[in-house]
Amino acid sequence: MNGGPAPKGAGSDDRLRAVPFLTRLMRRPELGAVAGLALVTAFFAFFAREQMFSAAGILNFLSPAAQLGILAIGAALLMIGGEFDLSLGSMVAFAGLAFGASIVVLHLSFVPAVLVTLAVAAAIGAANAQIVIRTGLPSFIVTLASLFILRGLTLVGLKWATGGSTQLRGVREALGQDFALAPFSGLAFRGLFTRLVDAGFIARFDTGKATVEGVPVEIVWFVALAALATWVLLRTRFGNWIFAAGGDPVAARNSGVPVARVKTILFVVMACCAALVAILTVVDTGSTDARRGFQKEFEAIIAAVIGGCLLTGGYGSAIGAFFGSILFGMVAIGLAYTDIDQDWYLVFLGGMLLVAVLFNNAVRRRVMGVR
Amino acid sequence: MLPAPLVEMVAIHKLFGPVVALRGVSLTVRSGEVVCLLGDNGAGKSTLIKTLAGVHAPSAGDFKVEGRSVRFASPREALDAGIATVFQDLAMVPMMSIARNFFLGREPTKGWGPLRRFDADLAADIARAELARIGIDVRDPDQPVGTLSGGERQCVAIARAVYFGAKVLVLDEPTSALGVAQTAMVLDYIGKVRARGLGVVFITHNVRHAHAVGDSFTVLDRGRTLGTFARGEIGRDELQTLMAGGRELPGRGEARPGLD
Repeated sequence: MNGGPAPKGAGSDDRLRAVPFLTRLMRRPELGAVAGLALVTAFFAFFAREQMFSAAGILNFLSPAAQLGILAIGAALLMIGGEFDLSLGSMVAFAGLAFGASIVVLHLSFVPAVLVTLAVAAAIGAANAQIVIRTGLPSFIVTLASLFILRGLTLVGLKWATGGSTQLRGVREALGQDFALAPFSGLAFRGLFTRLVDAGFIARFDTGKATVEGVPVEIVWFVALAALATWVLLRTRFGNWIFAAGGDPVAARNSGVPVARVKTILFVVMACCAALVAILTVVDTGSTDARRGFQKEFEAIIAAVIGGCLLTGGYGSAIGAFFGSILFGMVAIGLAYTDIDQDWYLVFLGGMLLVAVLFNNAVRRRVMGVR
Repeated sequence: MLPAPLVEMVAIHKLFGPVVALRGVSLTVRSGEVVCLLGDNGAGKSTLIKTLAGVHAPSAGDFKVEGRSVRFASPREALDAGIATVFQDLAMVPMMSIARNFFLGREPTKGWGPLRRFDADLAADIARAELARIGIDVRDPDQPVGTLSGGERQCVAIARAVYFGAKVLVLDEPTSALGVAQTAMVLDYIGKVRARGLGVVFITHNVRHAHAVGDSFTVLDRGRTLGTFARGEIGRDELQTLMAGGRELPGRGEARPGLD
């Protein structure tokens, strides 16, 4: 006797196709984000002025989406690993201070300043992780403390670095020209876009200047990180460990997964994502201030949840967070292309979050067979 | 002379500070044998399992694996010595797929250097094949473990331990949360594992389940071995009484009056 489900036609591969396509689809965590994005795109295609979906219009909402998305991808990985980092917004400000001060106060050149910034962020991320792991306290509380500590340190540090101001200026001037700056500032793929403009795919202003001359670098980072994170999650051993660490840390540990190390790495990655956003924005604006990254922790976590991450960990996707961030940027910027009052944005945001959480729970119950 | 037993524990003691969890437990497991470890709550079953699994080191006593004295510093070492423990939580993550759970912590990889990656296809193929061998028809190895029944989950956990080369399988109450059909499925599988020459330590407090597959029965009470009995030496009712009452009994193999 073997009490398994009724075997039919022992061991043939064609039974694999018996899994309904819909079930397979529903099992993908990013389904909600893709569906939401399609819905919102349809909405704006109908209500927004057509410039929104011109090349310039698309980049216009992808830029803020990318800055949020880099954070959301880090937050998604960490959430899948079963932890939160509420300090990520403050980390953007603090890393911005570390980067700005390295250049303006310590007169470091660009590359060493980047390394210092990443090292500072990584150390704080590792410290968050150690406190969470050693004390067993919820990361929610531990990083809530870090949120205030880092924001406060940024204020104090900025006043120290500037002699009393909460804004540190002059980063661009101090940097001057540096080859290493290219991946962190301005536009990418200029050559390609010149050709696209010449070929008539992209419009010109009346002055003859192209409406789009290249892709802002943060979008390139955003796409690259989403691809890398997705590959790591789905196709590497470490990705398997992330799901396991978040899904059931005890089971993972009993199976030989180094849970503490996995979580520490995720906190460090999250902090480095925040530092990357800080570097990109400081290089872009030439200054940093104490309000950088304000409330980004909420937006990043919301984007991750819209992307299918469960608050309880163990489930979610990086590509979902990618789509969730685009959805976010589209709504934030898109309302300006309509006659709708832009303040509806917050209402929409909260509504999206609620729908996403309900949807995630329903899908999980139905498809995951959680008993 | 018989080959050395797979596991031989003699007079194992384990102290946790002032608490004496084990005070002289002996256990022998041979190849192709199911040893049932019976005992009520607090009898010391968990401590003994964890000692076998390498979670605790014994405070005193002899612990031999295949004739060699061992002292495990970690579960990993016990595993390397061929002792695989399937704990009640099964060490499986419900939201992860069968294939990913099957290889959790021991993922097959392909590629090289930074491109070294999880071989998902190989994992799925092996998981499906191994489960087919024990009669669990997995249509889709990407299906989450949470969608399996309790008995199937237990069997997947056992199949995983067997696949990774366990010589001794320690099963911690594998039938405690299962219905009748599911229990039958697990007991049936334990029989198959024995037929493959593995030694099995089957922990339970259900005498009927123990009696269905056991070759020998060791009863624990308050950290002591009350006795070890070969199959046929003791009936179900006697086992039950022994477990419940824990009264003084004749030693190993000695016949008791009134018992056929």
